[in-house]
Amino acid sequence: MILVFAETQEGKVKKSAFEAVYYGAKVAADQGTTCTALLLGQAADGGHLGRYGASEVLQVDHPSLSAFDSSTFSKVLASVAQDKKATLVILPDSANGKSMLGQVAILLKAGAIRGANALPEIKEGGMEIGRAVFSGKAFAICRVDTGVAVISLAGNTLKPVAEGNEVVVKKVETVVPSPRTRVVNVRRTTGIVPLPEAEIVVSAGRGMKDPSNWGLVEELAEVLGATTACSRPVADSGWRPHHEHVGQTGIAIRPNLYIAIGISGAIQHLAGVNSSKVIVVINKDPEAPFFKAADYGVAGDLFEVVPQLTLALKRFKEAHH
Amino acid sequence: MKLLVAISQTPETTARIAFKDGGTAFDSTGVNYIMNPYDEWYALVRALELKEEKGGTVTVIHCGPATNDVTLRKALAIGADDAIRVEMEPASAYSVAHEIAAHAADAGYDLILTGKETIDFNGALVGSMVAGLLDLPFISHVSKMVMQGDTVLVTRDIEGGVEEIEVSGPFVLSAAKGLAEQRIPNMRGIMSAKTKPLQVVSPVGTDLPDRHIRFSVPPAKSAVKMIDPSDMDTLVRLLHEEAKVI
Ligand SMILES: Cc1cc2nc3c(=O)[nH]c(=O)nc-3n(C[C@H](O)[C@H](O)[C@H](O)COP(=O)(O)OP(=O)(O)OC[C@H]3O[C@@H](n4cnc5c(N)ncnc54)[C@H](O)[C@@H]3O)c2cc1C
Ligand SMILES: Nc1ncnc2c1ncn2[C@@H]1O[C@H](COP(=O)(O)O)[C@@H](O)[C@H]1O
Repeated sequence: MILVFAETQEGKVKKSAFEAVYYGAKVAADQGTTCTALLLGQAADGGHLGRYGASEVLQVDHPSLSAFDSSTFSKVLASVAQDKKATLVILPDSANGKSMLGQVAILLKAGAIRGANALPEIKEGGMEIGRAVFSGKAFAICRVDTGVAVISLAGNTLKPVAEGNEVVVKKVETVVPSPRTRVVNVRRTTGIVPLPEAEIVVSAGRGMKDPSNWGLVEELAEVLGATTACSRPVADSGWRPHHEHVGQTGIAIRPNLYIAIGISGAIQHLAGVNSSKVIVVINKDPEAPFFKAADYGVAGDLFEVVPQLTLALKRFKEAHH
Repeated sequence: MKLLVAISQTPETTARIAFKDGGTAFDSTGVNYIMNPYDEWYALVRALELKEEKGGTVTVIHCGPATNDVTLRKALAIGADDAIRVEMEPASAYSVAHEIAAHAADAGYDLILTGKETIDFNGALVGSMVAGLLDLPFISHVSKMVMQGDTVLVTRDIEGGVEEIEVSGPFVLSAAKGLAEQRIPNMRGIMSAKTKPLQVVSPVGTDLPDRHIRFSVPPAKSAVKMIDPSDMDTLVRLLHEEAKVI
């Protein structure tokens, strides 16, 4: 069977968990097995996971799981995977998912694949799954022959569709080791879709000239319901927070739409963003390297183009409502 | 404090990425190698800062062939006290983690630092695996760390924010941007690195539960469609009708 760690945040199932369950259910259907989702800690809406293909939703609810401890979470996930004889364990490719991946692989003596971005294929008894390597500059097929594989699923791999029914969450009892770390504070910019999960990203670079000009970028992001990002020098000079920095040494993203404003398109920047499905580049220099990686290009002054684009989008949204 | 930093070596960020032998192996022809930025800029430098604050030693460990000694010498030039190289061709995160754990098992390190991920295979696995093998607490994506007496206050990057975590006793972390500032080795460092101990050890060896078997580079994008800057309505229409992303 296939076991999905359905990550939660503030007592609610995360979007990436629905994606992971949807992916897990597709794999399960291919392999003639079932997909079970596992909730660790509290979650009010766990039953929804059934709609995305989980035939069973399990929950370990224990005070020691109220805050994230990588080791405790990994051990509980691994013990449920062992009890259930899971052959594939799926985690989200989030900070928590990634931090657990290696530990779960060790505990299960399983092969580990970080950032799977395609459905697996079974070949000669082993499992082969695609993933991005070299920060998105290349693809690789990774093969696992151990009988059990643990993977983290890259965001936006499949678009989840609610095709199934709500299921009743089943509580399970298992040993929960005491956490050895203690979360004392969580600070989150609320109301914003985190970059790795965002379907639309509006990103800006040094061409913005000054941090006080970011209103332009934020207005555009707002009409699109997009998350904002930036190039490395912008984050390095403190114009924008570090967590917005995308690229080879920042966050690697693959949204459906990436709009790059005043970014030259250096190889290290492209590395983290060129897996985006559609790329729009706005740059006043028609020779900017980014245009070679773009689907749509606008060679013009961002201070004129971006407000025009925002207005055009507003007109479009009004006409389509 | 006794500190261990895991150092990896990766192609330079501008290196041409190509594959050979029918797409089964990375083509390193003409490729220059660097110390993985997360290891060099953040993990190593923060370890050195801790040593400067609290006293102790910083050991660097690398799993790789003799050609990679230059990377370890650079780590020594930046300020590490001694280096260990496990003589092997690293074939997966698992094999590397195994060697690091075998070395660290009885060595009494207070803290083991790795980078967030390598910029070539982007595994983000080694730190987590080392923690799993040694049954130590693991904190990933650490962007700040301050000592408060016996406990350590760690700031960890999470999606769209940060988490502050307290931990005491030995643990493993993976280092992210913000943890420290890059240090450029000075002449004295470079000279002294030549005589600092670099020990080469044989691997304990493991099986390989996973391996990369085939590689490819993405097909070149079809030519960009240029849009008249004064006609954003057309861009919006294309994004809706053609690209179907809005
Ligand atoms: C080891 C290493 C790792 C790196 N990792 C990353 C990474 O992860 N992410 C990253 O982003 N970078 C990274 N870099 C840096 C990278 O090489 C580039 O320096 C950086 O991406 C450039 O940022 P930029 O495009 O914002 O600025 P610039 O290169 O200065 O480009 C600004 C662009 O804005 C345009 N422009 C200016 N004014 C206007 C206007 N009025 N209207 C429209 N366009 C305008 C210009 O034509 C220019 O193309 C890394 C570098 C190294 C060496
Ligand atoms: N060959 C290696 N030798 C020593 N440490 C390594 C090696 N490969 C990776 N690491 C460490 O593990 C971290 C994460 O690597 P990875 O899991 O491969 O992305 C790196 O940033 C290094 O700190």
